[in-house]
Amino acid sequence: MTRAPIQPQRRRAQPRLSVWLGLAPFAIFALLFLILPTLSVVVGAFRDSQGGFTLDNVAGLGQERIRHALWLSVRLSLATAIIGCVAGFAIAAVVTRGGLPRGLRGPLMSFSGVAANFAGVPLAFAFIATLGRLGFVTVLLRDWLGFNLYATGFNLLSFWGLVLTYLYFQIPLMVLVITPSLDGLKTEWREAAQSLGASQVTYWRLVILPILWPAVLGTLALLFANAFGAVATAMALTGSSLSLLPILLFAQIRGDVLQDPGLGYAIAFGMIVLTGVASAVSIILRARAERWLK
Amino acid sequence: MTRVFAWLSFVLGTLFFALPLIGTFEFSLRARRGEYSFDTYRNVLGDPQFQATFLFSVVAALVTIVIGILIVVPAAFWVRLKLPRMRPVVEFISLLPLVIPPIVLAFGYIRQFNTASMIPLTGSAMGTNLLLVAGYSVLALPYMYRAVDAGLRTLDVATLTEAAQSLGAGWTTILGRVILPNLLASVLSGAFLTFAIVIGEYVIAALLNRPAFGPYMVLIGPNRAYEPAALAVIAFAITWGCMGLMQLAMRLTRANRKKR
Repeated sequence: MTRAPIQPQRRRAQPRLSVWLGLAPFAIFALLFLILPTLSVVVGAFRDSQGGFTLDNVAGLGQERIRHALWLSVRLSLATAIIGCVAGFAIAAVVTRGGLPRGLRGPLMSFSGVAANFAGVPLAFAFIATLGRLGFVTVLLRDWLGFNLYATGFNLLSFWGLVLTYLYFQIPLMVLVITPSLDGLKTEWREAAQSLGASQVTYWRLVILPILWPAVLGTLALLFANAFGAVATAMALTGSSLSLLPILLFAQIRGDVLQDPGLGYAIAFGMIVLTGVASAVSIILRARAERWLK
Repeated sequence: MTRVFAWLSFVLGTLFFALPLIGTFEFSLRARRGEYSFDTYRNVLGDPQFQATFLFSVVAALVTIVIGILIVVPAAFWVRLKLPRMRPVVEFISLLPLVIPPIVLAFGYIRQFNTASMIPLTGSAMGTNLLLVAGYSVLALPYMYRAVDAGLRTLDVATLTEAAQSLGAGWTTILGRVILPNLLASVLSGAFLTFAIVIGEYVIAALLNRPAFGPYMVLIGPNRAYEPAALAVIAFAITWGCMGLMQLAMRLTRANRKKR
């Protein structure tokens, strides 16, 4: 850390370089542990084993099993993002303006904060204990209602089981992000709409939704990226039986499958591109939403 | 009509979120046939491997928090005081970890810091631990930066700095004895979130082969019946505790601000 002279006048006369030095720890850390590792993955995706430029790795993404994994990941992320978006919006809407007691709001927001961060291995365990073959709800349904959940074809270790599990952190994330936007809706707008003779439905359709859609779509993109990068929940739940893209990458890094090291880079690169695009969409749309909601 | 719908969706939501919690807790008590007991918890807590991995993760979390504070507080402070033009850049970098999946980050680490590289961190256990903690600090960066930046917003940084300087304080003193104490509540709320994230983290620890709590949980998963449920309850309690403490810290900030 640079020592500064005492007088403010003399501080201004300091050379420019020392001003930048204050940012050095952060810059070095970010460069070393965030930017360079990411860049090395991106560069690696376009390098062959001799270090020359190649498109073979990226072309390798076209392989049957990788296409399949990518498609499965995209479907999973989309499904959890869309359902999470709708359900989270509904919950946020009924609590902020649906006539539920205001007192529910604090606990709901606190719980959302906890649940949105409760992803990973424990979440998978919780769902196995609840909806697995011997889980709490499965047994309850069987003993009390004589309803055999697993006879209906339901399986927790399947695509929809995974969707259900992901929703446990997706819905709360939606609630957390969208509630401030719902709060930003001004009472004057409703009064104005009502005085012009708008029904509740018309008011939602012509006023609220046009104002909120950038915020909602922006959050949808955020949820998509959130689900797409998640590995631990899926791994702990299904082992590696459901081949999602991140699980494939995990196995590749561990050296279990896919002998081609270049392919690992390509998969990682593909993941960065997808989450990057989703995040960019999210940032742009949510910035647009803020124009109205200030 | 809307009110009925509102209550209905609220009850459905509550069921969806409460049932897994109740279910997991109930399941964790079932180890003894025909009666509830805390046997599973006794097994888990008594398992030396649990104690070792849990301790490892707690230490990793604490180190992560210290690194996070050392990196984020000076940067956020400096950007506010001297380099306001750099603010969007620093903010953008601090949000990047939300965009780059942790597994990609871990992959990058293994490639960049392997034994054949310029900085062969993965060559020794200590170096790998360092790399792990650095990775955790990156994961925590968005939350830490936001908390600290929000805290700085409530301070008059320029006046505090000039006052300290006119009393003869150097930068280390200003940061450590003027800015940091004023940011305590914000830093704490970032720290608790960091703790919650690090304790349950799996991917980076597993790929770097570190004996952390996350990989231990995955190891236990397929091999035991009731222990995983108990671990989930413990993990949830920790997350809950961290979030509670975080809320408390934020309330303290607000109370402080009112007093001023």
